[in-house]
Amino acid sequence: MVGKTESQNGAVKATAAPAMNLESDLFSNFSFKSFKLKTKQQELLLRVSILGLVYILAFITRLFSVLRYESMIHEFDPYFNYRTTLFLTEKGFYEFWNWFDSESWYPLGRIIGGTLYPGLMVTAAFIYWTLRFLRFAVHIREVCVLTAPFFASNTTVVAYFFGKEIWDSGAGLVAAAFIAICPGYISRSVAGSYDNEGVAIFALLLTFYLFVKAVNTGSLAWALASAFGYFYMVSAWGGYVFIINLIPLYVLVLLITGRYSMRLYVAYNCMYVLGMLLAMQIRFVGFQHVQSGEHMAAMGVFFLMQVFYFLDWVKYMLSDTKLFQAFLRITVTSAIAVGALALGVGTASGYISPWTGRFYSLLDPTYAKDNIPIIASVSEHQPTAWSSFMFDFHILLFLFPAGLYFCFKKLSDATIFIVMYGLTSMYFAGVMVRLILVATPAVCLISAIAVSATIKNLTSLLRTKSKTAVAGSSKGTGGSKASSKASFDQSQPFQKNGAIALLLGAFYLLSKYATHCTWVTSEAYSSPSIVLAARGAHGNRVIFDDYREAYFWLRQNTPPDAKVMSWWDYGYQITAMGNRTVIVDNNTWNNTHIATVGRAMSSYEDEAYEIMRSLDVDYVLVVFGGVTGYSSDDINKFLWMVRIGGGVFPVIKEPDYLVNGDYRVDKGAAPKMLNCL
Amino acid sequence: MAKLLLYLTLATSLIPLFSVAFSPENPTDRRVLVLVDDFAIKSSHSLYFGSLTSRGFQLEFKLADDPNIGLQRYGQYLYDALVLFCPSVERFGGSIDVASIVDFVDSGHDLIVAADSNASDLIREVATECGVDFDEDPAAMVIDHINYAVSNFDGDHTLIASDDFIKADVILGSKKIEAPVLFQGIGHSLNPANSLVLKVLSASSSAYSANPKSKLSNPPSLTGSAISLVSVVQARNNARILITGSLSMFSNRHEKSGNEQFLTEISKWVFHERGHLKAVNVRHHKVGESDEPAIYRINDDLEYSVEIYEWSGTSWEPYVSDDVQVQFYMMSPYVLKTLSTDQKGHYSAEFKVPDVYGVFQFKVEYQRLGYTSLSLSKQIPVRPYRHNEYERFLPAAYPYYGSAFSMMAGFFIFTIVHLYSK
Repeated sequence: MVGKTESQNGAVKATAAPAMNLESDLFSNFSFKSFKLKTKQQELLLRVSILGLVYILAFITRLFSVLRYESMIHEFDPYFNYRTTLFLTEKGFYEFWNWFDSESWYPLGRIIGGTLYPGLMVTAAFIYWTLRFLRFAVHIREVCVLTAPFFASNTTVVAYFFGKEIWDSGAGLVAAAFIAICPGYISRSVAGSYDNEGVAIFALLLTFYLFVKAVNTGSLAWALASAFGYFYMVSAWGGYVFIINLIPLYVLVLLITGRYSMRLYVAYNCMYVLGMLLAMQIRFVGFQHVQSGEHMAAMGVFFLMQVFYFLDWVKYMLSDTKLFQAFLRITVTSAIAVGALALGVGTASGYISPWTGRFYSLLDPTYAKDNIPIIASVSEHQPTAWSSFMFDFHILLFLFPAGLYFCFKKLSDATIFIVMYGLTSMYFAGVMVRLILVATPAVCLISAIAVSATIKNLTSLLRTKSKTAVAGSSKGTGGSKASSKASFDQSQPFQKNGAIALLLGAFYLLSKYATHCTWVTSEAYSSPSIVLAARGAHGNRVIFDDYREAYFWLRQNTPPDAKVMSWWDYGYQITAMGNRTVIVDNNTWNNTHIATVGRAMSSYEDEAYEIMRSLDVDYVLVVFGGVTGYSSDDINKFLWMVRIGGGVFPVIKEPDYLVNGDYRVDKGAAPKMLNCL
Repeated sequence: MAKLLLYLTLATSLIPLFSVAFSPENPTDRRVLVLVDDFAIKSSHSLYFGSLTSRGFQLEFKLADDPNIGLQRYGQYLYDALVLFCPSVERFGGSIDVASIVDFVDSGHDLIVAADSNASDLIREVATECGVDFDEDPAAMVIDHINYAVSNFDGDHTLIASDDFIKADVILGSKKIEAPVLFQGIGHSLNPANSLVLKVLSASSSAYSANPKSKLSNPPSLTGSAISLVSVVQARNNARILITGSLSMFSNRHEKSGNEQFLTEISKWVFHERGHLKAVNVRHHKVGESDEPAIYRINDDLEYSVEIYEWSGTSWEPYVSDDVQVQFYMMSPYVLKTLSTDQKGHYSAEFKVPDVYGVFQFKVEYQRLGYTSLSLSKQIPVRPYRHNEYERFLPAAYPYYGSAFSMMAGFFIFTIVHLYSK
């Protein structure tokens, strides 16, 4: 009951708050003036209260789904995470670590402990245990549902500090406000979306922030903290590969642009070595971290750093520049040769595993389509449509280049980092829909720089013209920039009016952004996808709870050891809600097994019967959405079954199921299509 | 008091009535429905019926077109077995039709079908459902000009003698059938698509199936030992069916033949007085333990045991054989081992769990001619090692331990030297 009222308040607030926050943030300078209290404490108080509001806002704007449906887990993967968390809280950590799950991937089974990223579950269980310790009688499901919003709130704090680190505290505040309501992030962190990403974005941003902090300060302690951030990220999400490639790339760029420094050396070496050792403690990663191709860039850069350091030392020792030039040439050539040789030998001997399909498909968007249908079949892995960028970023998309401009104008180690992060993640976001998520923090930060810098310039322009300007601009770095800008604007007429107009325009855009974000969150991203909602003929909401009813039927009406065959999308939900053994599930680790199911689904009945007998299948679950107009049913997914089945068993041929290259399911469909299971 | 006594006697008298019903513990059929064309068969085949009644069967005779017959009432089958001695019936009375007979068999009950020359389409249909095809010519009979019964003076040689029995003691009993079986009726062939049907008595190679009244114009479709005279089916659910093309084979006429012994033995088999196996006490445990674990670890040594008994008609006797095998199965058998027996029905085997994790099954698939099939499967997951079940210190890794510790020590000394030596 308490949760309910709270979330209702949240929904009301969510519409108004973003705009308010932004404006209060931006008007902070004026409010000082009116209060005539321009002490440091005043500013701190304001900043903390804004941050606090943003923190709350980030949480409550994600509660639409709880409000509209109920406190439940969404979609597919979160059900698995929920199930494992439940197991963790019931059986303890060691049982979880060694959990061999015989209910999924029948009859192969799955070693859960060794094939997942435990960060999310351990985090949720830890929150649960903490609450329990504090005598809050919560159910683990509520904790799971609210983990993602909670971490989204934490992300805003990290974003603030990150923005402060790379630009100034104003940019930090704007970044925090942006990221709190950015739809690109909300899509994966609404209440109930209990997925790795919810925690991982926090960890990602934290690692980056700490690393940039370490580079800026050259402090061993920050580098150590960054290594721990990296460890948390590794434990939470497979996307850690992005970090372990981006940071070396960043270091490499710094090396090439001649920004090598002792600070960088300390930060990178400490972070890499400790981060690697910590990451290897995660069972799923293990020796991959030193053996797989994805991680080789980091190791290469690590050795390069040593070579650089060595050269620096030699340069210091040698006074003769000519001799040093010769030495440099020899050393660099031999270092590159040794590195290439090691890589070649390692790859040839199989010690260094080649890149995985997913990694390839990131670099070459067409790769998956041609080679790995299972990756291409996931809707999250589709290339991003242009409209979804607009949908997820709104004005940030326009502010992003502006922010890049500002970053380039004031290049530092930190801005180089954010620029590289922004550019690479934007590319990846274009390749895969789900990676918009990774790009979101970068886009928010860079846009925040643009907004903060622009508005600071405009307001300082206003103040210099009106002669009532306060002597001490609160932000030192911004002040000098602003004055130079102002002197440039002196020559132009109507600058004050123009500035006011621009300022108003900016506020208009920002408030539009806020309304857009709220609308998107409420309409598009708060649907649990397990309960379908549609608008009825009279505009009222119709709720279909068929999925859960079906799983409940399975739970009630089938023997406990029954094996259910379904397409892999529903595997996690069947095990979590139906509590029955499944043949394949959403952890697509065994392509052959999935292909076998695809083959069974797309063969003639008698052939399919044999396949199913060999898998001991008792029940088959198929989803048909024809009646309710639900588009992602099994008929729609059928071609993927054919493709994936055909990828392993050449007996299955896609053209057999098509009529003149078209996919039809009516009576004009291909005969094989009609006669298959 | 008297009332109570009455109830008690009633109750006690009812108990045996319940206990004789068909059950897994007592697989022999008890209640048999015999459908006849007319009640004359009851007397003309009294020897056969007599042998059944003397073995404890309750026979219920009904006319095949009696409108009041039915195999089940309120969803319960009233009979354990059905005997169709009604070759000429065109339509069954009551609720019985081909589909209900098939359902009857599908639910594990037994069936004897005896046709005759001029068998009706209905009976042929029942036979076809069971996997045998009677000769399509309605007037055809099995003729054998060499192995005919001497007592038959007609000269058309339709009463033939055959001793081409199936070689299976479990079906025909261990005692050899000395005299040939006399047979007069239609022959049938087995449907090659049906792998469950067996020829028990086949005609000799000189037999053929044709109309004895007319001249043979074209070669007969069924000839030689392809003609089956008596066939049996054991369905996958262990229901047993006997099909023959001669009703007269069961009659009292053939005194000096082996008919009586043959039919007695085979009806023992059909009515589950013989060849019925059961497996009990399927157990498995780690070697050296006795409790059944919920999960095994890879490379565990385990012991699997099962007890198999055969029904002798009155009691369960130990089944002795040396060819029972157990599979440790996950999509394909990883372990296939012959179980050793202690001659008292107890079979066991010891083996090592393969180095593969997954959900395995202990499978015993035992299908032998004439015996009911045993198909046992028991699911058991096999897990990999836990994190603390690996060896703590590997001898091969000692150089690495050494190098790690020497590195630590070296670093420590180096730090001290570097910091404090001036």
